[in-house]
Amino acid sequence: MTQQLLSTYIQPLFNNAWIDQAHDSATLPWGADRLVFTTDSFVITPLFFPGGDIGKLAIYGTVNDLAMGAAEAKFLSCSLILEEGLPLETLKKVLQSMAVAAEETGVKLVTGDTKVVERGKGDGIYINTSGVGTLMGGQPIAPSRIRSGDQILLSGDIGRHGIAIMASREGLDFESALNSDCAPLNSAVSALIRGGVTLHCLRDLTRGGLATALVELAETSGRAIEVEESQIPVGESVQGACEMLGLDPLYVANEGRFVAFVPEESVDLASSILRETQVGSSCAKIGRVTDKTDAQVTLRNNLGCDRLLQRLPGEQLPRIC
Amino acid sequence: MKFVSEYRQSDSILKVAAQIRKVTTQPWTIMEVCGGQTHAIVKNRLDQLLPPAVELVHGPGCPVCVTPLEQIDRAIAIAALPEVIFCSFGDMLRVPGSESSLLDIKAGGADIRIVYSPLQAVKIAEENPAKQVVFFAVGFETTATANALAVTQAHSQSLQNFSLLVSQFLVAPAIRSICSASDTRVQGFLAAGHVCSITGYESYRPLAEQYRVPIVVTGFEPLDILEGLLMCLRQLEREECRVENQYTRAVDRTGNREAQALLNRVFRVSSQHWRGLGEMPASGLKLHQAFIGLDAAQRFALPDINPVEQNHCISGDIMLGHKKPHDCPHFGQECRPERPLGAPMVSSEGACSAYYRHSQQVKASEHPMSTPNNP
Repeated sequence: MTQQLLSTYIQPLFNNAWIDQAHDSATLPWGADRLVFTTDSFVITPLFFPGGDIGKLAIYGTVNDLAMGAAEAKFLSCSLILEEGLPLETLKKVLQSMAVAAEETGVKLVTGDTKVVERGKGDGIYINTSGVGTLMGGQPIAPSRIRSGDQILLSGDIGRHGIAIMASREGLDFESALNSDCAPLNSAVSALIRGGVTLHCLRDLTRGGLATALVELAETSGRAIEVEESQIPVGESVQGACEMLGLDPLYVANEGRFVAFVPEESVDLASSILRETQVGSSCAKIGRVTDKTDAQVTLRNNLGCDRLLQRLPGEQLPRIC
Repeated sequence: MKFVSEYRQSDSILKVAAQIRKVTTQPWTIMEVCGGQTHAIVKNRLDQLLPPAVELVHGPGCPVCVTPLEQIDRAIAIAALPEVIFCSFGDMLRVPGSESSLLDIKAGGADIRIVYSPLQAVKIAEENPAKQVVFFAVGFETTATANALAVTQAHSQSLQNFSLLVSQFLVAPAIRSICSASDTRVQGFLAAGHVCSITGYESYRPLAEQYRVPIVVTGFEPLDILEGLLMCLRQLEREECRVENQYTRAVDRTGNREAQALLNRVFRVSSQHWRGLGEMPASGLKLHQAFIGLDAAQRFALPDINPVEQNHCISGDIMLGHKKPHDCPHFGQECRPERPLGAPMVSSEGACSAYYRHSQQVKASEHPMSTPNNP
């Protein structure tokens, strides 16, 4: 849907070199520095969930989008759209959480706006944050730089955020507590860059999960991707919940995971650096970019059989039986 | 994960696949009845492990696919009523009705909620006494049992604001109908393990004998499915036609008697229309007279329902094994998961959706689409 909106309605009207990159952020010419700019809106029910809340997401999300363009987030703006009747206590909790997250990620929240909408016209709080940052290191990092032979690193196990949200929304109980993976990715990315890793492309996994992110990158870069199912880490709770609900963890949302496309010669270095970071301790090499140019993503299972990964229409809906 | 991972281990699966290739000496056409099995086959690409002589056809065991258009239209009409909270399993929402889907009217403001169990809908009714809560009770004997439980619970609490829109199907009559068709291609069946955990498999014996077909009660994991196929193929090669049980960890001969008693108390067997297949005698369940007050179809004053199929979906031919999804000119073209023309493109259990999601051939337009058995 987002992809369709972008290509059908938005890009044709705002035709320029930066929007055409179809990346999470735009790198702009600005004096001697290269300025990276991005924006994101946050809409989530419930506002507070195991492992995070909308405030944390709003800071991390924009910081992460900048990090995926190899930029260090410097300044954020924040717009709050509040529903009439929202308890002040709730707003205070969200703002405190944003302050902690900003401190943690080293970003300054410097401007903002507040609007109030009538009761029933919003889900408590909607937040938009926009952010600017500067490029870390000199290398451009974008889908267009993906090359055949690139190795794909995944920063950790997938699906925690989507399942944690679904569980708290629907009152599903699991034997072990399952927290969202919601986390800032900037320090992991800066560690990779400082460590001298050549990075071709980075992409954080959000709605649509790992599969959708890979399909988007294959299509944008025109390259074919092969991944090994057995190499993709999925926690037992997530696997169990997916089995029960008839969901595919490859398509479940994440908020603190990313994939890195690196040339073969950099992959071991990248992997060892990532392993030392908080978000990358269970990183895994999951696949590679092939010589083919069919822009498809193929998943090889443990039986040696291949299936094609596709975009899903909208959200995954739980199956009947 | 216990009870799952041991049935996905490649060594055991590849061993059974090798045995299948060894025992198969001639072409056979086998139907997996349940959509969950279709999904597992296509998702794991088990077809790639089979010899070309074994053709799998995908049966009618997908409730999303067979719920009649009329009932979808009725669901949409009820869900649109301002006093109604309409509760449904997730994958019914995208099924195309005559003019719209439940998802369309949800986007237009109807209060439609995805639930995971009918008991959740009962709870919503308790919490919203000023609203009418309707549960879309679709499915086979497996979901019917949970739905029957919701009926007895609502009844015992004298909940005045809870009702069900019932669209329940029985599996054995569908298998009978497929067997008795003069042009049937199906030579053996993998019966749906979950359904048999409720019903047992005694009712399949007369079918196997009368139509001389092997029927193997089969589970849903890759190893289950290949074992079921191996058992079925062994029978076919030996010209046997017995009912066998592969899914012994969940199914026994007589099934779950308590569940059967509950089903019999709440529902009565009736004639049922199957989307794509037509009317079949004694193939559905309706609420018993004692519970008729909980029938949503009677509770609300609705406009006349005049179902009109908007397209030429070949779901009936697919579910009977006459055609494959890619034999349809609309498949992957106008008919795609984001804009399904027919119900089998909706649920991941629908054959078309399963093929679309996982089949290698879908996007490769330069290659003619082959059946997944012959990639």
